[in-house]
Amino acid sequence: MTAAVSFQNVSRHFGTVRAVDDVSLDVRPGEFFAMLGPSGSGKTTCLRLIAGFERPTGGTVSIFGERMDTVPPYRRPVNTVFQDYALFPHLDVLGNVAYGLMVKGVNRATREARAREALALVRLDGFGARRPAQLSGGQRQRVALARALVNEPKVLLLDEPLGALDLKLRESMQEELKLLQRSLGLTFVFVTHDQGEALSMADRVAVFNEGRIVQAGTPEEIYERPATRFVADFVGSSNVLAPPLVESLTGQHRFASLRPEKIVLSGAGAIAGEVRSHAFLGATRRLLVQTPQGALHVTLPSGAALPPVGTSVTLHWSPADLHLMEDAR
Amino acid sequence: MSTAALSTLASARGTGGFTGALSDLFWRRPRFLLFLLLLPPLLWLGIIYLGSLFALLLQSFFSIDEFSGLIDRTFTLRTYAQLFQPANYDIILRTVVMAMLVTLASVAVAFPIAYYAARYAKGAAKAFFYVAVTLPLWSSYLVKIYAWKLILAKEGILTWGLGKLGLLPLLDAWLSLPMVGGNSLSLSATGTFIVFVYVWLPFMILPIQAAIERVPPSLMEASADLGADAGQAFRTVLLPLALPGVIAGSIFTFSLTLGDYIIPQIIGTSRLFIGQAVYAQQGTAGNVPLAAAFTVVPVVIMGIYLWAARRMGAFDAL
Repeated sequence: MTAAVSFQNVSRHFGTVRAVDDVSLDVRPGEFFAMLGPSGSGKTTCLRLIAGFERPTGGTVSIFGERMDTVPPYRRPVNTVFQDYALFPHLDVLGNVAYGLMVKGVNRATREARAREALALVRLDGFGARRPAQLSGGQRQRVALARALVNEPKVLLLDEPLGALDLKLRESMQEELKLLQRSLGLTFVFVTHDQGEALSMADRVAVFNEGRIVQAGTPEEIYERPATRFVADFVGSSNVLAPPLVESLTGQHRFASLRPEKIVLSGAGAIAGEVRSHAFLGATRRLLVQTPQGALHVTLPSGAALPPVGTSVTLHWSPADLHLMEDAR
Repeated sequence: MSTAALSTLASARGTGGFTGALSDLFWRRPRFLLFLLLLPPLLWLGIIYLGSLFALLLQSFFSIDEFSGLIDRTFTLRTYAQLFQPANYDIILRTVVMAMLVTLASVAVAFPIAYYAARYAKGAAKAFFYVAVTLPLWSSYLVKIYAWKLILAKEGILTWGLGKLGLLPLLDAWLSLPMVGGNSLSLSATGTFIVFVYVWLPFMILPIQAAIERVPPSLMEASADLGADAGQAFRTVLLPLALPGVIAGSIFTFSLTLGDYIIPQIIGTSRLFIGQAVYAQQGTAGNVPLAAAFTVVPVVIMGIYLWAARRMGAFDAL
């Protein structure tokens, strides 16, 4: 099967800075693919390499098997939803959505009809005559989405599209984007620094750090079996156990991750500690427990009996939940 | 508020003296501070500038007594009717056409320079740009024009250079054309045009550069992303969004050309421009009403120009 987007040993250097450093990846057709990483990790540069705004210093980018080495952005079968939406302020909403069809020479009646369809798809019927400045952030985001989708791209690129929205809107847009991607059967490549967003929306996630992919896999794999300390730290709030402690438990001098929800306070105690603080998280409560080997987070269901702050507890977990990992960044 | 009241206020608040009380007053009434700051320039604009403009307008509705040469202060449109006499109408037409050509040429020359400065120049290159663009404004306008007279003269460097390149026949052919030609470049309308474009160019570059800087680069990327090649992106995104800057620049080049009376006097043919006509009418001819009527012409033309630009949506992106 031809990959929707394929990177082969792609690098992009800016002077001495290696923004993208020898990255190889394959995005499958129809997949919701997330590139996750902190700012400056190279994920946005990768997206711009697909769109064609950057050219690789080395390696090859292919889209559905076609090498993009000399293909300019305006001839690539992809469209982008920009982080700042980049709506044209001098055009109304309909003009913005119809823009791609206009530059391709589609006649006015056809392009406006298709732009209206695209607006209906993002539930913005009747907004065609407004100016971008008159819209809310969420509406602008939908216009940007409609403007990209109307061109029927083979791959839709989304650069932190939900970053500027407030929490509630962001959550509803996450579901909406996911549904849209399913119903259109399109390949989405999504850049985000929000691990929750990446894990909840994507079919597969690539975790970026310092210009490289540290780990790629399904959200479950990334969450349950982080490959390195960096992934464990960055994705979710895992406990990272230092080598001496891991050695005393398993005999191996390695780092290990331990999910806070895998720890229970009953049974034969492996480690003793003292409860330092509680945090109410709705369905769960999170405890910070200080042990001689370091502080650990423990997640308990809200209904569970809660040891008061200052009391001693013993922490227990199944050895299978202790996940050994590399010390790499 | 009296000073006494102010000082009571000051002591009540425990701040120091009159300046403290004044600061408090300005803090409570920010519009009062604004009023004080704006008063001098408003007086200047309102009385000196608008007042003299109004006086000018008034003068243009007077007429001159043909025999005594005295001004007849009764309202009449007779002076305006004089503008449409062939000799005067020619002057207006010539000036307006020249101003339009100068403006179009300035836009064509200024846009790439402004684009480079706004998008590519950084640090030292940007400083160099500002110096290079404004350097011509540091020296006297007259010096520059006389320098151009030498450059454009029959024995000047331009003719010499064209001769070395074997292009003299081309120049001679151009100079033998009616309207644009003449004995040499410095005695032709083409020469006037070249010097106008040179002298007003900074006034076109700077506003366009400011306008292009305000266009987010992501808009150009979005346009490319949606399938627009460089030409389409320029026509459909960059130019419409930079248009307020182009209009601002063209207000300068257009109105400065309409009003200038020195350049066409030193470089070009003996045919008059509006500025020269005003100069002659209010000076040697002593016909102030006609001079005033001539002066109203550029004001009206600029008014129409701005109205048309607004109608075409040039300011929509502001």
